[in-house]
Amino acid sequence: MATTTVPPAPPRKVNRIGLEQADYKGNKTTLCAGCGHNAISERIIEAFYEMGVEPHRVAKLSGIGCSSKSPAYFLRTSYGFNAVHGRMPSVATGTVLANHKLIAVGVSGDGDSASIGIGQFVHLMRRNLPIIYIIEDNGVYGLTKGQFSATADLGSKLKTGVINDLPAIDTCALAILLGATYVARSFSGDKRQLLALIEGAVAHHGTAMLDVISPCVTFNDHEGSTKSYSYVKDHESPIEDVSFVPFFDDITVDYDPGTTTEITMHDGSRLLLKKLNSDYNPTNKSEALRVLGEAHDKEEVVTGLFYVDTKRESFIDQLNLVDEPLATLPESRVRPPKSVLDEVMESLR
Amino acid sequence: MATTQVLTGEAESPAESQLIVNDMSIQVATVNGSGSQTSNMVLLRAIFRMGIPVSGKNLFPSNIAGLPTWFTIRASKYGYIGRRKEIDLLVAMNAETVEEDVRALDSGAAVVYDERLDVKKYRDDLLFYPVPFDKLVGPVCPDAKLRKLVRNMIYVGVVAKLLNVDMGDVEKALRKQFKKKVKAADLNFAAVKAGWEYANKSMPKQDHFWLERMNLNEGKIMIEGNAAAALGAMFAGVTVVTWYPITPSSSLCETLIEYMKRYRIDPETKKATFAIVQAEDELAAIGMVVGAGWAGARAMTATAGPGISLMAEFIGLGYYAEVPGVIFDIQRVGPSTGLPTRTAQGDILSTALLSHGDTKHPLLFPCSVSECFTMAIQAFDLAEELQTPVFVMCDLDLGMNVWMSDPFPYPEKPIRRGKVLNDEDLDRLGGFQRYKDVDGDGIGYRTLPGTKHPAAGYFTRGSGHDERAIYSEKPAVYVNNMDRLARKWETAVRLAPGPEIQESGKDGIGILAYGTSHWAVVETLDQLRREQNIEAGYCRVRGYPFNREVTDFIRRHQRVYVVEQNRDAQLLGLLRLDLEPELIGKLRSVLHYDGLPIDARSTTDSILTQEIGGIAPAAAPGVDSNTPQEVQA
Repeated sequence: MATTTVPPAPPRKVNRIGLEQADYKGNKTTLCAGCGHNAISERIIEAFYEMGVEPHRVAKLSGIGCSSKSPAYFLRTSYGFNAVHGRMPSVATGTVLANHKLIAVGVSGDGDSASIGIGQFVHLMRRNLPIIYIIEDNGVYGLTKGQFSATADLGSKLKTGVINDLPAIDTCALAILLGATYVARSFSGDKRQLLALIEGAVAHHGTAMLDVISPCVTFNDHEGSTKSYSYVKDHESPIEDVSFVPFFDDITVDYDPGTTTEITMHDGSRLLLKKLNSDYNPTNKSEALRVLGEAHDKEEVVTGLFYVDTKRESFIDQLNLVDEPLATLPESRVRPPKSVLDEVMESLR
Repeated sequence: MATTQVLTGEAESPAESQLIVNDMSIQVATVNGSGSQTSNMVLLRAIFRMGIPVSGKNLFPSNIAGLPTWFTIRASKYGYIGRRKEIDLLVAMNAETVEEDVRALDSGAAVVYDERLDVKKYRDDLLFYPVPFDKLVGPVCPDAKLRKLVRNMIYVGVVAKLLNVDMGDVEKALRKQFKKKVKAADLNFAAVKAGWEYANKSMPKQDHFWLERMNLNEGKIMIEGNAAAALGAMFAGVTVVTWYPITPSSSLCETLIEYMKRYRIDPETKKATFAIVQAEDELAAIGMVVGAGWAGARAMTATAGPGISLMAEFIGLGYYAEVPGVIFDIQRVGPSTGLPTRTAQGDILSTALLSHGDTKHPLLFPCSVSECFTMAIQAFDLAEELQTPVFVMCDLDLGMNVWMSDPFPYPEKPIRRGKVLNDEDLDRLGGFQRYKDVDGDGIGYRTLPGTKHPAAGYFTRGSGHDERAIYSEKPAVYVNNMDRLARKWETAVRLAPGPEIQESGKDGIGILAYGTSHWAVVETLDQLRREQNIEAGYCRVRGYPFNREVTDFIRRHQRVYVVEQNRDAQLLGLLRLDLEPELIGKLRSVLHYDGLPIDARSTTDSILTQEIGGIAPAAAPGVDSNTPQEVQA
């Protein structure tokens, strides 16, 4: 009698909290095919899956623009808020104040952060609010069909032939100067580096600002653009090779210790930076700013983790909040008793 | 103690029949930054301690030091605490404004002035009390640097002597003002006594104004509206406060910080049950409120008109994303360097309809410090029940001036947090649809970020969403959402505070007012009755949307005078949106918009001009046969 053997189903691959990578997916993207933003969403999905983050603890926040649509395309079961143009930082701040147990992921664009939202961007960096702040940076306004943004490089050219004659705002240099405590730049097409940087950002407690060059395939991926795939590929110069080891992962690392810097994150994870540039030290502010300045002079796109500070208090630490989320404190803890009102009334007589 | 008794004992007694007792207005004209605020508060509090109903209004410039400033104190045995524009006693300390100040007085008024100012060259029909301030201040204040500040205490003593203010009460008021600074209090009280003694020795009484102890202030408190609103917010259980400094709202958040640091620190952990953040601007302040409200906090901000304008976009998002939040608008005059330190009710129309698209927002109109407290609590409940931004419309007059009041009532009812589903609810229900009108009141159920349930998460955005909060641009979906929001507005009509109605109106005349105009209107009602025998009805609007009681009041009267402190009849404009045409035709306007608090005389005159085409002569208060009823303790 012939017997049929059913091949055993491949073991379901789950993370440490028992979820599959598919559980971290979002809705189907409505951005252009090939948009760098979609690649960033993919890395966010992988990073949160690998880190075993509980989706219900994640608040996804965004402003307005192509970038700001993307929170709908990852972490479907998390909470999302697509706010108004340039104002995601304030909404994120309020959200984290209300519930500091949440992991805030702010997704913004170069127009959203560097133009209309620069004021709020600046103050969020300055506060060192615990948030993963990603700028999906293509140097162009996509959703309004191709106007320059403030991160467009001097001399870059629009499809229409218009030349940008104003210098670019470097959001990384700005973030470092203002007090953000984890500042990096990457490229949407660099899967390995971007994944490691996002994972490091998840483990960081404070503002983690990632400027991710993400070419706009429709309006800004042509010869004259300094944010095109070809330009970035030709001019990218990583300052280190980044790898991330979550605290719960017991893997051996194949880095050569002689050229590796290890940074221990707040949750005990390790960020490993293999030096390409032997004198680079990511804990030195002025060195980070020097590297960025030099890259501008050489018209290079430097990527990697420029600066990290795991010591500075976050905004939430400074506010000395109770351990529980403010949002759900019971009445007994937020309405003082009658004796307090009596005492105040007496003082006013 | 001995000193005080001796001083009081020596008070002379003018002929009793000539006296105007406990019914007068004092105006003090000084230079901003000269320390006069302390002197004025001492006088105000001393009269308050004497049991006489009293109000104080600081009419100050947008300036830290150097520009002219005025403070008016009104004592009224009738319990009127609104502004009275006619001044009985002027204290003229400012050379720059003395001519203007003196020329504005009615004939027969008294003026206490620095003898260096030649007041008599402007008027010869006043009662003059020159005081050698420089000569008096020297001996009591050897330190020349402090003299400028202490100098103003001298007029407190002079006025106390002239008007028979009890020096014991003056000293108590002064020591309360200086709190623990005993040396400063001693120095200042010495100056008060020097003024008193000078008046006693060299200043024969010429005027007829007199204060006598009453007992109408038993148990009462004195507080600014902003501080009252801050207390209300604290007892409402506010957890997130974000603000940007702007006159006249800043003191609301600053006072709140003081109260919260004192009363809202967890006793066990010594950690804060609140977060207060000074934002970078009003855009960020309201953005943080929206973020915090979305995540479940009781969140608020306080601002004034220019801030409200900046918040417009976020308020629209709050309306459509249906996020609770409380905004205190301490209204003032105009934009930019308009008149930021002057009062108005100028944001009514723009705030009611703030933002783009079809948006409208509940407004609360406190008229008193007590309502600043109770309506603050009400605003937080309303915001969470209706899941929408709610505005508390104060003004500078209420927010920054000190008002006497009964003590505030401790909230009887528990906090109402609206329709929020937790993980157990979701287990039971199997899921939820954020914007579905399950109960027929237009209000959906929400979950708070962080709720541990696979069905709890949802994506919040502006107006383009279906009942499950999923993005949609379909016409039918949009209309469905808009119609539900309209149903929610009907629920708001039910929940917003209704008017306070004082019937009578037997002559077909009604008065409709809101906020601080109330204090002018209560006096106007008496003036109309006393002077013209007109019995008017009164409807004090306390909230927007208006309910049926407001409409019915208008229906019951032939003419309704809508009293407001703006040029364009803004509340009347809102009423027009709601009313049937025949009711609109009944509305008339009484408008006051000079930057100073509205007063009864102007209000009464405006009504009479429109009623009978002429202004009836005003009866001299307190001396005619038709004197108003004294308040009984």
